Amino acid sequence: MTDTAIRPARVALVGNPNSGKTALFNALTGARQKVANYAGVTVERKEGQLVTPGGRSVSVLDLPGTYSLRARSPDEVVTRDAVLGRLAGETAPDVLICVADATNLRLVLRLVLELKQVGRPFVLALNMFDIAQRQGLRIDLEQLGREIGAPIVTTVATRKRGLDELLTQVDTLTFTHSGAGDNSWREPNAAEIRAAHAEAQRIFKTCVRPPERPDTVTGKIDSVLLHPVAGLAILFTLLFVMFQAVFTWATIPADAIDGGFAAFGAFVTAHLPEGLLSSFIADGLIAGVGSVLVFLPPILILFFFILLLEDSGYMTRAAFLMDKIMGGAGLHGRAFIPLLSSFACAIPGIMSTRVIDNKQDRLTTILVAPLMTCSARIPVYTLIIGAFIPRTTVHGLSLQGLVMFGLYAAGIIFALLVSFIIRRIFWRGTVEPFMMELPTYRWPEPRNLLLNLWTRAKIFLNRAGRIIMPLMVLVWVLSTFPYPPEGATGPAIDYSIAGRLGHFLAPIMHPIGFNWQMTVALIPGMAAREVAVAALGTVYAVGGADGSTDALSATLNSQWSLATALAFLAWYVFAPQCMPTLGVVKRETNSWIWPTVMFVYMVSLAYLAAFIVYHVAVALGAG
Amino acid sequence: MSDAVLTADTPVASDASIRALSTAGRGDKGVIVAVRGETGAPEAVAAEELERRLLEMGFVEGARIEILQEGLFGRDPIAVRVDDTRVALRRREARAVTVQFDGKTL
Repeated sequence: MTDTAIRPARVALVGNPNSGKTALFNALTGARQKVANYAGVTVERKEGQLVTPGGRSVSVLDLPGTYSLRARSPDEVVTRDAVLGRLAGETAPDVLICVADATNLRLVLRLVLELKQVGRPFVLALNMFDIAQRQGLRIDLEQLGREIGAPIVTTVATRKRGLDELLTQVDTLTFTHSGAGDNSWREPNAAEIRAAHAEAQRIFKTCVRPPERPDTVTGKIDSVLLHPVAGLAILFTLLFVMFQAVFTWATIPADAIDGGFAAFGAFVTAHLPEGLLSSFIADGLIAGVGSVLVFLPPILILFFFILLLEDSGYMTRAAFLMDKIMGGAGLHGRAFIPLLSSFACAIPGIMSTRVIDNKQDRLTTILVAPLMTCSARIPVYTLIIGAFIPRTTVHGLSLQGLVMFGLYAAGIIFALLVSFIIRRIFWRGTVEPFMMELPTYRWPEPRNLLLNLWTRAKIFLNRAGRIIMPLMVLVWVLSTFPYPPEGATGPAIDYSIAGRLGHFLAPIMHPIGFNWQMTVALIPGMAAREVAVAALGTVYAVGGADGSTDALSATLNSQWSLATALAFLAWYVFAPQCMPTLGVVKRETNSWIWPTVMFVYMVSLAYLAAFIVYHVAVALGAG
Repeated sequence: MSDAVLTADTPVASDASIRALSTAGRGDKGVIVAVRGETGAPEAVAAEELERRLLEMGFVEGARIEILQEGLFGRDPIAVRVDDTRVALRRREARAVTVQFDGKTL
């Protein structure tokens, strides 16, 4: 036994989308998961560790869901290559676990037949077996096992049922099989898919008796949620509630984090001798960590909703309802999900565009994703709206809230407009097929949801932390050195590299109503949009004192005209200044062309919008 | 060719029960009699590829089909039940699927 215990066995999970594959992965590995990327591609790689009842340690890989090994998207290429054991930088799996929704076996049986050709030992996990039993679905497990030539285990991932049996089978397979058998898999043509379908159908008919109490709930819910009018109304209400929640719920923890770090910074400043070190720790490091953490609450709340919609099966319905509207703008129905994620942050949004198979559809989505109002714009919007828009109500609605809503709407409208122009002018022609399964509705399982949320949080902290932190330090250096000369008046940043650059660029920004302080603040704001708030504080020499935005808000109100403030908001609807986003676009498209295109078009639109808003506002007497 | 008529989007007389899936309305039921890759219009994917994708989603000759819902604009896309799987697709791709619709029961 000792020789087998040396190397951990490698197990990979394969299955159709919506088969509960990730739920099974979570049930098997708990919180012991590592999320990274596959070598060379940006497909998410999820791996977890566990120990089988037989005492063997196993590393489990959760592969992207697929209907066939015939890969069409980057995700499915990873699944195919991992299953075939030819994925660069990965060891071939010893055992495959094919996860199937027990209530929806018809399509997965064809995938099982493909897996059989691969010749690697596998076990079929009939997941959601409790639902199958409740429906009175009768599956002849022995017969099915004989037909597919593999052991079968029934599981209920959300209740952790059948896991030991599953792992016992994995143990048996790793002990009895010495490596993979002959691989006879090759990409099937249409005739072969038909033949496989017929075979799957035959197996299905022999082994599965139709349910006595078939699920009628999904059909009933769909008659409302997919209804042409009611369905859309419900979708928009849902989105509205979602964004309200992001704002109202996130403010409290975000303010607490913000205040906590500001107080910590003030504490350090007070207790360390005044000088470079104190400034570096308080304004560079602590402010840097705080600026990353402050985004965690809105991102978590937004992802909570997105995961809820995904786990319940609603997300595909939303894509169905939105397809025509998105299609009118030249976007694919599937672009809805990445664009929705972009409201939290364009980075996960752009990364999730890999659900779109077609390259042009994908690029269009990537290019417009940063126009969705990400949470990094919220601090800027909040600051300016708080300082300039009166706290009055219009027809019972808060005016400040309406302005915020308008800024969101502007982002969405311009995203649709830009993609429309891209598709009509630059990439005319063909349309990618839209075809997706509408899964059965299910109650999201809280534990599973929290685990997925935790994974998202880790990814964000990891990626954002690695990019924003060093940039914050760089920004601190740029705005600290060189020192102001002896006896200088005015804020120190004025004499630094950032200050000089700001002064140099100020004449260009003057026509859109920006003063030099704003221009200076936009330079450190390159690191991330929200950094502009802290930078404004530094420029006006009010932020460092207690870190609260109230003082800054009052200063801005006295220094800027309303027209300037509105122009600044208009600039931020487009605001290209986000290095991490440009970096991710470079990585996803594997070229510097697309981040350049993105930056240029966004700067142009930002300038144009600010110019128009400023001059219209001045003409209306807000100058 | 008569095939071209079957895959076209133009509605045919109501007594003709073999039509493209793209011509169907909500509540229509039938059996798939042919799946091709051609939609009669240029597509982003080759005809063979579209055919394979349709087959993989369960659009296969002999499968029972029912139109569950239609979108608001241009009654597009459509949500259909194929045997016991629910699938959303556009009418554009639905042209590649020919269905023998059940007769009207009065």
